[in-house]
Amino acid sequence: MTIKKTQEQIIDEFKLFGGEMEKYNYLIKIGRGLPVIDSQYKTENNLIKGCQVKTWYYSDFKDGKIFYAIDSVSLVIRGFIALLIRIFSGQRPADVQKADLFFIKEIRLEENFSPLRANSLFKLTDRIKTDAAFYLSKQNNG
Amino acid sequence: MDNIKNGNKIANFDVAKIRKDFPVLGQKIYGKPLVYFDNAATTQKPKAVIDITNKLYSEDNSNVHRGIHYLSSQITKMYESAREKARSYLNARHTREIIFTSGVTASINLVAYSFGEAYIKEDDEIIVSEMEHHSNIVPWQMLCKRKGAKLRIIPFNEKGELLLDEYRKLINLKTKLVAVTHVSNSLGTINPIKEITAIAREKEIPVLIDGAQGIQHGEVDVQDIDCDFYAFSGHKIYGPAGIGILYGKERWLSEIPPYQGGGDMIDRVTFEHTTYDDLPFKFEAGTPNYIGAIGLGAALDYLTDVGLDNIKNYEKKLLDYGAEKLLSLDGLKLYGTAENKTCLFSFLLDNIYPYDAGMFLDKAGIAVRTGHHCTQPLWARYQTEGSVRASLAFYNLPEEIDCLCEALKEIKKMFV
Repeated sequence: MTIKKTQEQIIDEFKLFGGEMEKYNYLIKIGRGLPVIDSQYKTENNLIKGCQVKTWYYSDFKDGKIFYAIDSVSLVIRGFIALLIRIFSGQRPADVQKADLFFIKEIRLEENFSPLRANSLFKLTDRIKTDAAFYLSKQNNG
Repeated sequence: MDNIKNGNKIANFDVAKIRKDFPVLGQKIYGKPLVYFDNAATTQKPKAVIDITNKLYSEDNSNVHRGIHYLSSQITKMYESAREKARSYLNARHTREIIFTSGVTASINLVAYSFGEAYIKEDDEIIVSEMEHHSNIVPWQMLCKRKGAKLRIIPFNEKGELLLDEYRKLINLKTKLVAVTHVSNSLGTINPIKEITAIAREKEIPVLIDGAQGIQHGEVDVQDIDCDFYAFSGHKIYGPAGIGILYGKERWLSEIPPYQGGGDMIDRVTFEHTTYDDLPFKFEAGTPNYIGAIGLGAALDYLTDVGLDNIKNYEKKLLDYGAEKLLSLDGLKLYGTAENKTCLFSFLLDNIYPYDAGMFLDKAGIAVRTGHHCTQPLWARYQTEGSVRASLAFYNLPEEIDCLCEALKEIKKMFV
């Protein structure tokens, strides 16, 4: 499925929720279901720096696609990570790099992605894009 | 001084009336009445402070000192009057001992630099405690790195009380300074600063007290404590941000070199040599935050009017009520259970991550702080990374503690 289609699907799913708290309950639920990443990836180096919420990020590039291992100590952040992985994992770097994350605004939880927040989501989406650009240049030069 | 500081102007402490002095408290957040429990981060401002700040910018603004015109001499009088208010509030001997800074961090950095330049050499030791805010660790660490000196650490027990026997053992001939917090910003522990100072005094070691979390909860008498330096910030004592005080015994302030050079702190400047102005101006280079200083003076007046004993007694009632209510919640672990503590609750609820709990408390209109509260070594002692911190002030209500408990019960339902 394309990045755009997955986002549209998520938007449709969130339309079913009655209010903000129902959305967060769902995020907690999928956050709980997100697989815990292997401890080998939970290194100091893979921590998203400068955030109150400890979040580890690791990406791998295989057969022209990017795959992610992301984890966080916060269940709410894990919920958002589950959505981001659903959208981006297995996609091509060119598609990730140019992707517009319109679902954040549509599901009306954009405050969580504000650079003013002490969590890691703003830096996480930034990292996903930066990595995609890196893999793309590696692919083009290799 | 007791009679002045505990003022009697408000004989009966009326919290409903007090709340009306703080305009910010009347608002709603997400449609719910604001419960402001983030007072250890910053306190709200009474109308007296807001009004004087507005008036100063509207009617009185001019730069202080050296001015020959009316406005400048008027505002200089107000600025120096604020210094006198701070002196009186701390019961310092003289206004020469009161330095205006931008806050506690600047005050501690000033001492770390100036005292460090004058007295610290290789292998010397500086004692801090395990519960210090980073701003009372990092400046000393930087000094130690510059001079090849060492930091020694006073540990604390499970309840969050400093181990004074261990402190005594740390003191030796190499100890050059003790820097300890008055009140822990993460646990609320009120440290026995008079005793800590007396122990250092036996060996003639100077003591700096970080008063960031202590000054707003009761009387501070620097002569009685006998500390050498006491630092606090205006914004944590219901005054403006960007202003603070460094109290220093005149002996030290006279001996140590200035921290920053510039205008206002000099006597005479040539390209070959500069002589410095007298105290306190030697440490106030550049245009000071005179509006903030006068605002701070208004905050001190306000607190004196309310009465420091009234504040202390009321906050103790809130502490007892809050501790009982919070501890009745299943799965709540309270950090900081010292016998002597301020009305601050640092806690974890089951295994709910503090950020998650804080986020949903916010949705309930309750402002708390989450994380390590700039005391990472303290949380390492507890083998955790931080807490949810509800820090109360004398304008908070028992009903607001009930709101917190109800919100925590709801959050628990979501997570557990």
